[in-house]
Amino acid sequence: MAVIDQAARPQIITPAVRPKPTGWTSWITTTDHKRIGILYLWTVAVFFVLGGVEALLMRVQLGTPENTLLTPERYNQLFTMHGTTMIFLVVVPVWAGLANYLMPLMIGARDVAFPRLNAWSYWMFLFGGLALYASFFWTPPEAGWFSYVPLSTKQYSPSGGQDAWIFMAHLTGLSSMIGAVNFIATIHNMRAPGMGWGRLPLFIWTILIYSYLIVLALSSLTATVTMLLTDRHFGTHFFDPSEGGSALLWQHLFWFFGHPEVYIFVLPAFGVFSEVIPVFARKPIFGYKAIAAATAGIAFLGMLVWAHHMFSTPSATVVLAFFMLSSFVIAVPTGVKIFNWIATLWRGTIEFRVALLYAVGGVGTFVIGGITGIFLAVFPVDWQLTDTYFVVAHMHYVAFGGSAFAMFAALYYWFPKLTGRMLSESLGKVSFWLVLVGFHTTFLVQHSAGLSGMPRRIFEYQQDSGWQVYNLISTVGAFIIALGVLISILNVVRSLKVGTLAGPDPWKANTLEWFTTSPPPEHNFDAIPRVRSVEPMKDYRRQVEEQTGAPQRFETGRPMAHV
Amino acid sequence: MARSRLKTLVGRSLAPALTALLATASPAVAGLILPEAGGGSQQAEDTQTLYVIILAIAVVVFAGVEGVLLYCMFRYRARKGRVAAQIHGNTRLEIGWTVGAAVILVFLTVATFVMLPGIKNPVSSDIDVNGNPVAADAAFASTDQEAPPNGQAMNIAVDGMQYVWRYAYPSIDDKDVYSFTDMYVPVGMTITLDIRSNDVQHSWWIPELGGKMDALPGYTNKTWFKVTEPGEWEGQCAELCGRNHANMHARVIGLPYDEWKTWYDNQATEIKAAEEAAAEGRKEQEGQ
Repeated sequence: MAVIDQAARPQIITPAVRPKPTGWTSWITTTDHKRIGILYLWTVAVFFVLGGVEALLMRVQLGTPENTLLTPERYNQLFTMHGTTMIFLVVVPVWAGLANYLMPLMIGARDVAFPRLNAWSYWMFLFGGLALYASFFWTPPEAGWFSYVPLSTKQYSPSGGQDAWIFMAHLTGLSSMIGAVNFIATIHNMRAPGMGWGRLPLFIWTILIYSYLIVLALSSLTATVTMLLTDRHFGTHFFDPSEGGSALLWQHLFWFFGHPEVYIFVLPAFGVFSEVIPVFARKPIFGYKAIAAATAGIAFLGMLVWAHHMFSTPSATVVLAFFMLSSFVIAVPTGVKIFNWIATLWRGTIEFRVALLYAVGGVGTFVIGGITGIFLAVFPVDWQLTDTYFVVAHMHYVAFGGSAFAMFAALYYWFPKLTGRMLSESLGKVSFWLVLVGFHTTFLVQHSAGLSGMPRRIFEYQQDSGWQVYNLISTVGAFIIALGVLISILNVVRSLKVGTLAGPDPWKANTLEWFTTSPPPEHNFDAIPRVRSVEPMKDYRRQVEEQTGAPQRFETGRPMAHV
Repeated sequence: MARSRLKTLVGRSLAPALTALLATASPAVAGLILPEAGGGSQQAEDTQTLYVIILAIAVVVFAGVEGVLLYCMFRYRARKGRVAAQIHGNTRLEIGWTVGAAVILVFLTVATFVMLPGIKNPVSSDIDVNGNPVAADAAFASTDQEAPPNGQAMNIAVDGMQYVWRYAYPSIDDKDVYSFTDMYVPVGMTITLDIRSNDVQHSWWIPELGGKMDALPGYTNKTWFKVTEPGEWEGQCAELCGRNHANMHARVIGLPYDEWKTWYDNQATEIKAAEEAAAEGRKEQEGQ
């Protein structure tokens, strides 16, 4: 009998165990989604600071009329780098980084579907950013983040900076598309047992739709920058009217990418709001299905609104009317989301944690950006407003109010999971109020600057223009934001060393990432629980409570452990 | 015509209220919360009215949404013993606010199309090219831009170039007149503009006289304005066109017809003299 037993049992023979890689080489060779996520987030943080410093330099230049601090050339380079950095190297990849870390954890997977592709995607992003910033040692691009032709053609922008910009768009574009395919494959195939589409966390819904949008929209960008590259160097004439090309073609192809891009960076921010608000209101999310459906609706409509960036171009009125109406329609699902977040707060018991403050501050700020968007969608009114500081204000209300506030909400919410340590709540609150007050100080008055006729992208204005006060206020506000951001950075650096230990689930939250330790082990979960609702951790705590009799649930007014 | 009836409706009911609002507010707040308008330009004034209609709705929506948000934050702050209501949703409410949002947008769509003709289509000119007064509804011509109802207008070709605006005026008495940066126009004349560029993209904009239109190489873009009082209105290029974009200024100078005609004739003479001098110079160079 003993002989048969031995033969039936498979034997695992391990002649040698590969030592666990350590040191810096372990970071550059890693395929662990969590480490890649961390690499993404640190890289984004560095670019965020660089882009912020560029913004401050511009604000100093505009703080006083007829300022000679910066040359027009330098100023054009700064706003080109600022826009390009914030769009391509911050607000889009930050969600790739966060989703890299969190998505497998939130759906109960051990890694993404294609871990090596994932690593490749990060390195292409990094080198795309480095390609752009390498141009600082020669001549940075100066045709704006939108690089309109003919200004960006060889004749008017002969420097290599424009080529660095094209190179950046290619590398980060491919990086995003590869990453998106990876996310799509993972979310479709690797969800925990029981996690049907109706139990997918809303952040994951937005990441899924973000990924589909990237695949659809980024291909247009990649194509059009390739056309610009061949126009510049290989004798084609796609955009040259004297040879039968069209300067308007660039705008259509660029904004066919450019507007979905707005939803690419703002939908995951909505996902963060949808995760953070119910946890700290201690209520289930209001209208889960409506929010998920609105996300898909926004993405679909978001592909149909691009020409509202082009209302003052030579276009037929019927075209303008179509794009006005499609832009109106997209306000409906966006409004639905906002109403659902507010309804989630309604009759909740709201814990004023920094993550919640940033989320609610983001919603409140984004509402203003949404409303000013309606003004801009009405094309006869847009003829007055487009290309003025009104648009600068609007788009920062959307991008900063949506994406950047959500970035900070996500930082304060998930930092304990990523590092095992809590961020300081008091430093966080100081940072939040500075950023909120600084933001509105900077950008509210820019609406007025635009309404009184100040166009975008001018390096100076005259003493008698009447824009002086608005610009001075704006400059002061920018430094208040900078101080708020600086405090959050200090908070991170401090907490990495001395932050309170977090434990697996410091917030008593709803989703699966809180089921494992903080930070999670390399394989994420020892066992993956069966998912029975959209709030598996709530179910799990209830079960533990029933079995052990020890209270597990959150009680209002009781301080949470470690906080 | 349904549209004109709607316009009458807006004219009789909405407009008086808005005008009252504007009359008290306009000079002080134009530029602060409203786009600018001046010189009796109907295009800019109608844009301002449409803006005010949107602003009125926007303020209500803003106050409602932010109000409820802030109310929740204060009213439902966590306190010991308070229990959060475990509500998952409400289909009727979802349908309600979806329809509500849609209704507001339908209203804005109607308002836009009612105001659009007044902004987009040139109005009748008070005078013809020779400065004689004309009836408001004389002849009707049709081009790709709707012509003013009485067919009278002065067409000026606007050319954007790095970094200056050039204006070519219609030829009167076989004279060839153009100017840079300053555009001289007769008061009461409907001015239609053909906007072009011969290098990169620019955007024509005089805020007080109306919206902007891009100058794109290879295309002709159209807009119009009419000033009803003499004055000067300033603007500048609104689309990034290179390093000196900030200094590509423009100015419209409105003069009574007689003064304008004097300027026109002087300008023609000066240009002719300058051209002859240049030709002379060339001849001398060639002769050497």
